[in-house]
Amino acid sequence: MTMQVTMTVNGEEVSREIEPRLLLVHFLRDEIGLTGTHWGCDTSNCGVCVVLLDGVPAKSCTVLAAMAGGHEIQTVEGMAQGGTLHPVQEGFFQEHGLQCGFCTPAMMLTAQALLEVNPDPSTTEIREAIYGTACRCTGYENIVRAIRWAAEHPALEEVTA
Amino acid sequence: MQTPAPFEYERATSVDNALALLERHGPEARVVAGGHSLLPMMKLRLAGPEVLIDINDLADLDYIRVDGDDIAIGAMTRHAALLSSPVLAEHYPIFRDAERVIADPVVRNRGTFGGSVCQADPSEDLSAVTSALGATMVIRSTEGVRTVSAREFHTGPYETVVGPAEILVEIRVPIRPACGSAYEKVDRRAGDWAVAAGGCFLTLDTGGTVTDVGIGLTAVGAPHFCAPEAEAALRGHPISDEAIVAAAAKAAAATNPATDQRGPADYKRHLAGELTKRALRRALVRARGEGA
Amino acid sequence: MTATDVPTSPVPTSPVPMSAAGNPIGFGRMLRKEDARFLRGKGNYLDDVNLPGMLHGAILRSPYAHARINSIDISAAQAHPKVRAVITGEVLATLNLAWMPTMSYDTQAVLATDKVRFQGQEVAFVVAEDRYSARDALELVEVDYEVLPAVVDATKALDADAPVIRTDKEGKTDNHIYDWETGDSAACDEVFNRPDVVVSKADILYPRSHPSPMETCGSVASMDPVTGKLTCWITSQAPHAHRTVYALVAGLPEHKIQVISPDIGGGFGNKVPVYPGYVCAVVGTIVTGKPVKWMEDRFENLATTGFARDYHMQGEIAATRDGKILALRTHTLADHGAFNATAQPTKFPAGFFSIFTGSYDLEAAYGKVTAVYTNKAPGGVAYACSFRITEAAYFVERMVDILAHDLQMDPAELRMKNLIRPEQFPYQTKTGWEYDSGDYLVTLQATLDAAGYKELRAEQVENRARYEQTGEGTLLGIGLSFFTEGVGAGPRKHMDILGLGMADGCELRIHPTGKAVIRLSVQTQGQGHETTFAQIVAHELGLPPEDVEVVHGDTDQTPFGLGTYGSRSTPVSGAAAAVVSRRVKEKARIVAAAALECSPSDLEWELGRWQVKGDPEKAKTIQEIALLAHSSLELPEGVEGHLDASAVYNPPNLTYPYGAYLCVVDVDPGTGAVKVRRFIATDDCGPRINPMIVEGQIHGGLAEGIGMALMQVIAFDENGNCLGGSFMDYLLPTSLECPSWELEATVTPSPHHPLGCKGVGESATVGSPAAVVNAVMDALAPLGVRHADMPLTPAQVWLAIQGRPARTDLAFT
Repeated sequence: MTMQVTMTVNGEEVSREIEPRLLLVHFLRDEIGLTGTHWGCDTSNCGVCVVLLDGVPAKSCTVLAAMAGGHEIQTVEGMAQGGTLHPVQEGFFQEHGLQCGFCTPAMMLTAQALLEVNPDPSTTEIREAIYGTACRCTGYENIVRAIRWAAEHPALEEVTA
Repeated sequence: MQTPAPFEYERATSVDNALALLERHGPEARVVAGGHSLLPMMKLRLAGPEVLIDINDLADLDYIRVDGDDIAIGAMTRHAALLSSPVLAEHYPIFRDAERVIADPVVRNRGTFGGSVCQADPSEDLSAVTSALGATMVIRSTEGVRTVSAREFHTGPYETVVGPAEILVEIRVPIRPACGSAYEKVDRRAGDWAVAAGGCFLTLDTGGTVTDVGIGLTAVGAPHFCAPEAEAALRGHPISDEAIVAAAAKAAAATNPATDQRGPADYKRHLAGELTKRALRRALVRARGEGA
Repeated sequence: MTATDVPTSPVPTSPVPMSAAGNPIGFGRMLRKEDARFLRGKGNYLDDVNLPGMLHGAILRSPYAHARINSIDISAAQAHPKVRAVITGEVLATLNLAWMPTMSYDTQAVLATDKVRFQGQEVAFVVAEDRYSARDALELVEVDYEVLPAVVDATKALDADAPVIRTDKEGKTDNHIYDWETGDSAACDEVFNRPDVVVSKADILYPRSHPSPMETCGSVASMDPVTGKLTCWITSQAPHAHRTVYALVAGLPEHKIQVISPDIGGGFGNKVPVYPGYVCAVVGTIVTGKPVKWMEDRFENLATTGFARDYHMQGEIAATRDGKILALRTHTLADHGAFNATAQPTKFPAGFFSIFTGSYDLEAAYGKVTAVYTNKAPGGVAYACSFRITEAAYFVERMVDILAHDLQMDPAELRMKNLIRPEQFPYQTKTGWEYDSGDYLVTLQATLDAAGYKELRAEQVENRARYEQTGEGTLLGIGLSFFTEGVGAGPRKHMDILGLGMADGCELRIHPTGKAVIRLSVQTQGQGHETTFAQIVAHELGLPPEDVEVVHGDTDQTPFGLGTYGSRSTPVSGAAAAVVSRRVKEKARIVAAAALECSPSDLEWELGRWQVKGDPEKAKTIQEIALLAHSSLELPEGVEGHLDASAVYNPPNLTYPYGAYLCVVDVDPGTGAVKVRRFIATDDCGPRINPMIVEGQIHGGLAEGIGMALMQVIAFDENGNCLGGSFMDYLLPTSLECPSWELEATVTPSPHHPLGCKGVGESATVGSPAAVVNAVMDALAPLGVRHADMPLTPAQVWLAIQGRPARTDLAFT
């Protein structure tokens, strides 16, 4: 038994015939080929699958694709505008906020959403915002610095554009 | 990655529509709100509903508002909204205390008040909060609306009074003047379920006598997530630290914790007392208007 | 190649020149080349590999820790419309593939035939058209088990009445694996029997832990039925070793096997071994004629793949009353699980645990390790442990702190008194290691200064007085740890895995326009090889690092070598990269001399160019030489053209990085909760090629230390059920448990590494748990606590205060 689901992904409307049980993370990865969204557990704990659902971070392993129907999804592939990295992406680059890169898309999207509501977060506020995603490589310090970097360079997009 | 078994999906357009769908599909249908309790259980194949009824479109169940003498909270209110609500912060900081330590910020964006208390996990935090506050649970079916006290809502682990064709739609908490409230939790790590947690409110008259008090506990096997003996020890008596310590001991004594990897039973019983004591002390400071 | 024919080149002290792109032409902070794809979500991890017609495999696993298999009924699963194959051990047995060799010369069941020996063991493999259907079909396989009593507690594994786990091994009547000794027992006895020594004893458990990289393990296997070529994409830290093992296990010709290790979402040792799922994927592609993907879920990763530690260490330390440490000995019980599958050099069954004398100058040491089988998942060396130096470092640093406690001495003072002196290097330990270089006192002092040690102790005096008065609030704890690691295995004469010597190849090709490609046998899992190795070539040849492409992870594209683990990439392959660059440089000299019409001996090297001595205007840049090397320029007799070179580096010794760590905690005795307030880490890993990357490696390792010390553990209940099989139960530290790390550095080069560099990838994981535990024990000392085992969860801390800390490898009772 299948159903039709339609949603907006990174600004483009996509529509697929799917099984109702298909998880959003598999819809993004397997159905439309956006493999920048990863998965790391079965229990909604690790948070490497975070995408923005209507602009708000959500764990895509715990959302059915069917539930996302009619909503707007943003993935890491939607962060850069043309050739210009989002300030958060640039911050992760400048501050060595990633090593293996597996949690990075989730961390960056969480940071993007944070900065949209709190453009100048303290390091404590950053730590409280990102603890839903686990990182085994960085010990978080450089992720915090990366997000601070982005907060301090909000106009980068305009400058380089 | 583990994946759920097949099921049918229905998206409800209104509460009435959701209730009709529940009636149509019978007891093998489950309502899904945020999904953060149910979907992991389905992936692990510990739950296998035949039909999922998605109520995420029911925006009319997403509110926190003062309604007469109560604060009324819609069942679809997300944890994140409970955490940031100025209304709750003003009247019941216990919500902010508890929400800060429920799961993580991303889960809190999706998980709902109704979903949490209906999942009825014996370690769930808001069940202790609603029990402490003497909340009223508003349940709807096609027959109409009924209300149940929070202390009668849970009938056992993972079980509530909500019937297969019913939906919890609202939680109501009476507004109490001169009230302080607080929540204390011990977890093994941020985002983990409670090893033990407890919350309370108390109201004082001008002479410092406790006019009302509610104490809720989770993860310690407290029947109905509450501690009535401890409340009775405080209610109607002058507040003092000795009284708080004695009441906390009564709260601990009435628990029946299970040993698991979060800790042995005697430790959890100790925590029930320790956290009750700390919550009462903090609530007292707040009731006196001396601190946040 | 040995150290003797490697010309040493001291790290330049003058500022490193910058390339046009703003990168250091040599050592220095350089932003990572590999980030471009990761930042855009364009990494290519295992589950991102999708081939036309690809099928999906899933493994049915045992719910029991120990059970006889009476029968397996696969008929219902086979009847599932989307199932293409169901493979059992019986099927594998016909191919002689039901069992496979482990990296410790034991055998391990690929799919169980006779018995299951741990919960989660592989029983059947289902191949279906999509991953959901494969999972559905698992529920259709019926297995009839006869449950047997399980051996869960390692301390009881050798009891006379313990069930025998390895009944598959002919004549096996107990659960004993090996006894292994190091040091001098008699010399130790002599010291311990002296009348005036103080002896401190402790039983120290380093419980079972798991590296749990964010990406689980997996494989895509694709057999081309026409060419007979097998291509396997594997989450592998050691693709060449994997290829050879595949050839040995499956009897496939090695030149027809290509192993590709794509981007890896963290390894930490978890992705060194060959797992049954990889073999199943290979069988799956052979049976179905289609590519087959197998990807673990998180339970499978945590409950069945390479765990780490599980060492029960009884220790005794002897010292004079004024705190001169004389001797250390241990009898250690090693729990290896159901199959001895530890990945380590053959001659070192207990890994490098014999380095347990740590950083101290001792008169005597002795260690005995007894290894046993239990009904738990196999593994043992798989978590940034430098072949069990983690256990050793933790052991000695706990023992030293316990001695300080018993002597009522300041633990910093005790360490200062006993650390090996700089003039003692190279230092021969009592267990056979030769530490290459060190200046330990300076490093410890750097940490104490950065921490403000005296001020912290003064604060602690006040804190304890207040606590004693009020009985409320938190207790301050200060914990030190000083570790020495030995990393960069081999040399090959001492170190091999399954007979494969631990040396690594490297190839460097210089294109006519002066751009370079370096090919490595090691495989990054986030360590930044694409940047660091480009910097090594830049440092040696003066090429801009952006002109150096680093190729790794594909056995068809790279020379043989043993891979990345045990912090060996820079010590071994980094050395190989330097050596191969120097060979290119020497070739370039001949070409330059021919072009400049002089003798090669008339030339001197200035970064990036050969120039005539005394006439620096007459010179050729490396780029010009590259073109000349490919041109019609006449070269001296016997000199081939081009600048390409290759090398195999066989390290003469390990490198011995070290560090001094200090952790500050606030412990709430009322709840048992521990808050890490500060963590100060001074590391000495020699010169740092890219300090930014080195610091990142240390940050990550410190977080692992917080995890192990405070929350991560794989415990088992009495029936052998794994109690850490999901991230709900196996807790990874988050951004809230980790403090903002405070790093310091000292620089003491290795005398035998061509760049003076030492490994650093695992240093912080090795050194940090002891600092955290020592800090918590220090906090609790006023309450009479002397030792409690990790992880120090709130419950364990509270139990320690009650005087009854728990066995953390077992379920709470």
